[in-house]
Amino acid sequence: MVNTIEHTESQVWQLLSTVNDPEVPVLSIVDLGIVRNVSVHNAESITVTITPTYSGCPAMDVISMQIRLVLLEYGFKEVKVEKVLSPAWTTDWMSESGKEKLKAYGIAPPLPKQTVCKPDEFQEEEAIQCPHCLSYHTRLISRFGSTACKALYQCQDCKEPFDYFKCH
Amino acid sequence: MIIMQEQTMPAEKENAQKAKIDALLHLADDSLIMGHRCSEWCGHGPILEQDIALTNIALDFVGQARNFYQHAAALLQQLPNDMALALADFDITPASITEDSLAYLRNANAYKNHLLVELPNGDWAQTILKIFFFSNYRQILFQQLLKNSDTQLAAIAEKSLKEIQYHVKWSGEWVMRLGDGTDESRERMLKAIDYLWPYVGEFFNCTEYEKTAFELDDTSIDLLKQTWLNTINHTFQLATLPEQTFGKWYQSGGKLGIHTEHLGYILAEMQFLPRTYPNAEW
Ligand SMILES: [Zn+2]
Repeated sequence: MVNTIEHTESQVWQLLSTVNDPEVPVLSIVDLGIVRNVSVHNAESITVTITPTYSGCPAMDVISMQIRLVLLEYGFKEVKVEKVLSPAWTTDWMSESGKEKLKAYGIAPPLPKQTVCKPDEFQEEEAIQCPHCLSYHTRLISRFGSTACKALYQCQDCKEPFDYFKCH
Repeated sequence: MIIMQEQTMPAEKENAQKAKIDALLHLADDSLIMGHRCSEWCGHGPILEQDIALTNIALDFVGQARNFYQHAAALLQQLPNDMALALADFDITPASITEDSLAYLRNANAYKNHLLVELPNGDWAQTILKIFFFSNYRQILFQQLLKNSDTQLAAIAEKSLKEIQYHVKWSGEWVMRLGDGTDESRERMLKAIDYLWPYVGEFFNCTEYEKTAFELDDTSIDLLKQTWLNTINHTFQLATLPEQTFGKWYQSGGKLGIHTEHLGYILAEMQFLPRTYPNAEW
């Protein structure tokens, strides 16, 4: 029985890695690191715990619904999607393959060690690498981009504007 | 002795419970009204990037409001129904106590937000300065809440702080740009300070419910107040704006439900639809 549940749980993780973030469709919710826990209670009942990237992330409702749909299709009858806030999501939760996918998609992945968020380093800016030509010669255009989780940059070398998946 | 303790416990527990609900609604109302005011800039920002910045900030506030209302609703649902309805101070009895009924079915005198947040946006300088004052206050308060014995409150604070840091930085940069900018931008920033400063004293004039639920005493409140003032003055110095001190008199009342006329207009706009069409869905 234990084996069966473990087996099912790994299959569920597989399934969840097919659910994409509607705002950054190149990333799955597993790449993004917002699935915190999968708990199969029995053959019919399951609880998936997720955490939002931002408090006001409008994608959370869509994501919950998509999780529900794939799991109902898989055969579960009772699907519970719970939201937790702590520990708060940070970009460290994003998988390495997720960061590679972002870059290939044209969005600069978050830097591993963040400085911009610390209030005492108020004036400091990070060097963000251009996802197109890999130059570090870039400038911040706006701290807020097309969605809450991105900032807008421009490359000074290839002149292309790009999104940066900002730190958290 | 033991019997006496048992008799006093429920009353104490009830007071603590009431303080927590009031405090959560206060935090939620602050967030919702800030979010609403910021969202009024949608389509009116001076340039596209700043328009987007303000709507993103609005979204953060509304998201935080939802977290606080949801937590309050969850606690209220555990109480006997009569008591829960009285604590939330509904205007219309809701079918169920949810984040939506808490936002939409309470009147202005049940709202507990600071007066500062309900003031009209005014010009760009006033809007920026309001966000600057408020975000810095929240940053300091929420750092305190990280240690709160209510773990869900601590978790919401932890999550919100990540967003607040961006608001603090963004608004601080604008305070510097305007203060140390052109004659006109400086003039407008000085006017904004004159207009808003009488409202910041309310931040640190803590109600009993804040003291209880946020686990604050007079010493820790004083420390918050000093930290906040130092932070503001540090940025003002960089912005070549005059150093501020707390006056003896300030506007207050919002946290106890006594509001300016502006809140009624906000609620009329915000609550019209759910009150006219109960249980309407998208
Ligand atoms: Zn480039």
